Amino acid sequence: MTAAPAAVEARDLSKEFDGRTVVDRVTFAVPRGTTFGLLGANGAGKTTTILMLLGLLRPDRGQAQVLGHDMERDRFRALQRANFSSPYVSLPHRLTARQNLTVYGRLYGVSDVRRRIEYIARELRIEDLLDRPVGKMSAGQKTRVGIGKVLLNDPEVLFLDEPTASLSPESAAWLRSFLGAYRDRTRATIVLASHNMPEVEAMCDSVAFLQQGRLLEQGAPRALIRRHGKQTLEEVFLEVAEGDTGRQHGPGDLA
Amino acid sequence: MKASLGRIGAMMTRYMYLYRVSPIRILELVYWPTFNMLIWGFMQEYLRSATHPAVFAASYLIAAVLLWDVLFRSQLGLTLGFVEEMWARNLGHLAVSPLRPLEFVGALIATSLIRTLVAVGGAGFLATVFFGFNALELGFGLALFFLNLVIMGWGVGLAVCAILLRYGLAAEALAWGALFVLQPLCGVFYPVSVLPDWLEPVARALPATHVFEGMRAVVQDGRLDLDLLAQAFLLNIPYALAGLAAFLGAYAVARRRGLLMGTGE
Repeated sequence: MTAAPAAVEARDLSKEFDGRTVVDRVTFAVPRGTTFGLLGANGAGKTTTILMLLGLLRPDRGQAQVLGHDMERDRFRALQRANFSSPYVSLPHRLTARQNLTVYGRLYGVSDVRRRIEYIARELRIEDLLDRPVGKMSAGQKTRVGIGKVLLNDPEVLFLDEPTASLSPESAAWLRSFLGAYRDRTRATIVLASHNMPEVEAMCDSVAFLQQGRLLEQGAPRALIRRHGKQTLEEVFLEVAEGDTGRQHGPGDLA
Repeated sequence: MKASLGRIGAMMTRYMYLYRVSPIRILELVYWPTFNMLIWGFMQEYLRSATHPAVFAASYLIAAVLLWDVLFRSQLGLTLGFVEEMWARNLGHLAVSPLRPLEFVGALIATSLIRTLVAVGGAGFLATVFFGFNALELGFGLALFFLNLVIMGWGVGLAVCAILLRYGLAAEALAWGALFVLQPLCGVFYPVSVLPDWLEPVARALPATHVFEGMRAVVQDGRLDLDLLAQAFLLNIPYALAGLAAFLGAYAVARRRGLLMGTGE
């Protein structure tokens, strides 16, 4: 019996900027219908990896595949069935949420955009924000509208960069449960980048630790916790990261 | 094809929404073409009465300034659509949507055409009201002049977008100023023959030069010089292709260097 093809696959992905390696031979595969977390401190290479998976950034080496499509040669077929949100890339500020969602709905070829927007607005509880310019929203409201944009095309793969970064604890908890329910209902695949360990532990079927562009370890959160004899994923990450730092510097450097 | 047109339509909707949320932008669209036309229109009236009634009997200066605005507005309309995405930091979102770069270019061109028609159409209407200018006197040539000028405007506009992609908003001034470098060479208000000998071949390498020469032939002699229009068309092909190649090349480089996500103010 052959294994089902991965929804998202990174093979030996590498990227350098100005001679500095920011992603270094990263390899992983995300099965369909699962949630995968890229974990790491700021500058670890999480966002760069996601951008290469999306085809927004061209890898120097390696290959990214989404839904079986090579993101270098055939990315638009995959992008039609995927979507992306990041609190660091807001939607145009002058347009209202409804106008933004209409434009993106049409870009994704959504058949009845108006009805779809109303449905998503109800689901995400953003009905009262629809006719407000995005520039006049709080960071949390923009994030929720951004998630609305992600859901427009009923994506099979969701790429989420720090999805709860600017949300209140209640809103973040609600969004986590919403995304979990969405995944279970649609069998969608979620790839998220975060440095919020409890969030990743709660949401992800598997995780990968990145540090200075290198993938240190990957696996299911519970399995990793058990393997390292720790209580939380955060403790595992700290141990793995410290071990890697020690290996890089060597005992002499620390003296 | 239908999906492609749908995405182009989506982007055009995006630019039209900007006028809905800020109607004052429509005023900005017709403001400069109108004032430019008024200044040159009054200048023409003065010259007609004071110096060369025969030369200035026809609406030569008004036709020149309106056609110049066709060129300028088509370039500006395309470039501003792109700059708008940079201001809004929206290039990243667009680049991970199904919108192809060529569809993006198609949307910028279509929006530029609408902006040009509104801007120059408004000024042309006022030229008729104030100075009795009749654009239809240019006859069939008017459509050919217009077509050549917008194609050149789009070629230059795409090249400016390529520079913006490479250098970011630090190069924003080019959106407004790039074409003015060419204005003295195009012979907008005077025949190319008045340029120094060494500059004339440079001027004749520009498609717009042949359009303005053609416009003068129609206005002053009532003769549509198809040779001039053919030269403009032939020159426009490499200009437009070079602009498109520059844009697509800059887009590919921006993907490699990670410039699409971070571009903005």
